[in-house]
Amino acid sequence: MDTLTSQPVAPGNQSPPQPANRAWLDPVRKYGEYVLGGAVAVGMMLSIWAAFVLAPTDAVQGDVQRIMYFHVPMALLAFFAFFVVFVSSIIYLLRRDERWDWLARASAEIGVVYTTMVLICGSIWGKAYWGTWWDGEPILTTTLILWFIYVAYLLLRFYSGRTENGARNAAVLGIIGFVDVPIVHFAVTWWRGLHPTGYVLNGATPDTPPAVFVALMLAMATFTLLYGFLLLQLYRLERYTTEAERLRVQVEYGE
Amino acid sequence: MSSLQTGWQQLWSIIGKDLRSELRARQVWASMALFSALVLVVFYFAFDLRVENNAAVAPGALWIAFVFASVLGLGRTFAAEQEHGRMDRLLLCPVDRQVIFLAKLTGNLVFLGLVEAVAVPLFAAIYNLPILSGQLLVIVVLGTIGIATMCTLFAAVASTTKAREIMLPLLVFPLLIPVVIGAVRATQSLVAPIANDPLWPGLLVAFDIIFVTLSALFFQYVIED
Amino acid sequence: MNAETLSAPAVPVEVDGRIPVEQAKAVVVTRVRKAYGLRPVLRDVSFEIAMGQCVAVLGPNGAGKTTLLRILATLTRPAQGSVSIAGYDALHEAHTVRRLVGYVGHTPLLYDELTARENLLFFARMYGLPEAATRVDALLARVGMHSRANDRVGTFSRGQAQRVALARGILHDPQVLLLDEPDTGLDEDAITLLHELVAERKAAGQTTLLTTHALERGLLWSDMVVVLINGRISLTGASAEVTLPELRALYAGAGRSGR
Repeated sequence: MDTLTSQPVAPGNQSPPQPANRAWLDPVRKYGEYVLGGAVAVGMMLSIWAAFVLAPTDAVQGDVQRIMYFHVPMALLAFFAFFVVFVSSIIYLLRRDERWDWLARASAEIGVVYTTMVLICGSIWGKAYWGTWWDGEPILTTTLILWFIYVAYLLLRFYSGRTENGARNAAVLGIIGFVDVPIVHFAVTWWRGLHPTGYVLNGATPDTPPAVFVALMLAMATFTLLYGFLLLQLYRLERYTTEAERLRVQVEYGE
Repeated sequence: MSSLQTGWQQLWSIIGKDLRSELRARQVWASMALFSALVLVVFYFAFDLRVENNAAVAPGALWIAFVFASVLGLGRTFAAEQEHGRMDRLLLCPVDRQVIFLAKLTGNLVFLGLVEAVAVPLFAAIYNLPILSGQLLVIVVLGTIGIATMCTLFAAVASTTKAREIMLPLLVFPLLIPVVIGAVRATQSLVAPIANDPLWPGLLVAFDIIFVTLSALFFQYVIED
Repeated sequence: MNAETLSAPAVPVEVDGRIPVEQAKAVVVTRVRKAYGLRPVLRDVSFEIAMGQCVAVLGPNGAGKTTLLRILATLTRPAQGSVSIAGYDALHEAHTVRRLVGYVGHTPLLYDELTARENLLFFARMYGLPEAATRVDALLARVGMHSRANDRVGTFSRGQAQRVALARGILHDPQVLLLDEPDTGLDEDAITLLHELVAERKAAGQTTLLTTHALERGLLWSDMVVVLINGRISLTGASAEVTLPELRALYAGAGRSGR
């Protein structure tokens, strides 16, 4: 005849596999967060000083130009955040490991926040520089569309709940959305009859004082560290929330 | 029978089945056609389009009508298909998920084609624009493929969420911006040609190729349970 | 085509020149886990079934029977673990598995707007079956739906639709047939039909898995029994050796410990 075999399950042997524990990482795990947070705090203070004190007032635009020190790093990091979403989404679809899903979600949230700030800063800067809140400038327009795409991403996650289907759907959106953004930019730039331009550095001339670059680099470093710090926090939040939910369900439905 | 031949046969089987089902049951395409006609009329009044303004604004009205009708209509047809268990019927069969996507896309294109057969002549009549031509057909086809492919992919996504009616527009509108810009400008240039206008149909072709391919690849993840 | 037998003539399943090996186990499930949302539905389930067996998968509602069958039918993937049907992996060789597996679910997986014949013809084309029209007509006759072959499935009663669903399940002569509560809502004639089908398949050396809430029937029709409680296998064995009181006790126990 044949056999029907089943393997008895050891009690408690039902959680997802734990990541391999490497002892030398322990101090990093314990203190890394605080070091990073401290670095962010220090960096932020330095950046603010650099932006408002160190950097000279722009001859043409006046003090409003200082927005650039916040606007530009956040814009670059927002794009980077969505790139992280893109990569995490691909890996998640291939590996189906929920940790990549957590990463994607965390990065998307930070990306949306940064993008919102970029749009607000950009508007303020534009109002001061061009006299209008919005003039359809290509990069800002693309950023606006980017904002809509990733807000839709977050809404999709919200309306899907914590399900595998939801994670998979969001991953697809994360990938398609990211591929679409350059095409949107292309279309918008053509639409305005412009050629894609170099951005901040175009305004740089040999006469630009080095202080400007220093301030910009400082701000860039700070916002990058901030991104890293927030990413860590949000990733952990996702992880704890999911694990807590799992435990709650376990208690509720019995063992 | 080679797998390409099998796939081809399955493709036509599914398309035939979908068209037959739609003809017998839902008649959503008729509502879509009516809706797009309404949008055109509303725009006509909203923008008080007299002859001078026409060329600039009218093409926008046409493509907005298409996009709105598509999002509403294709969302509906997919919701009906996806009600629990319905995709299972197809997923049980040994058919490539890409083939299923292409079949759904083609079916949706046929529906949209019917809608446009109504909307475009109406558009030319209301707005008094003598642009019915082969060139317009090309632009309409290219733009419609772009709209349909996004709607087909994301209708599957939206139908699994709790807010499915509003979710599809939220997902699809920002992604379709290149199609809207490209199609509207291409249509405009038929009415009032501009010198040195960028090659808008080229943008549409690029969009279509990229996203039909990507959507076909990712469709399987979206309809999986 | 023998009008008396329910099984359609064997369709040679050839993929990369391979045909299912007789010695391979019909179904091998290894450490399968599945959760819906965060709620585990199957927890570390493993078992094997040899070719030609009829197996009853039993358990109270929510035990995971439907999910298990859906995984075997490749309608969904396990979160962990693997499944193989006749030696083919359900994840990586899914298309082959789909040719080898037939599935009849809770709800008839048919298109309401199409007629019974159109439904079966469509699926026959999807499976690439030769002589589709003849096969479909013979099957419809065998399940007793010949008179309503040209009526839309949407107009059928549940029992009638289930008969057509049964025909759809065996249309491509699957090596492994999965039946999810096939007897629910069927009249006596249809249940007899079902029993004949199961018996014919056993005689032909084909495998059948069925779930049911009618415990007696489940024990009677099957060679082996697998009992799922709260997503785990709590009992396996020959049907002849498992008693009804034993089963009922298991079911009752599930009610107490869970919610």
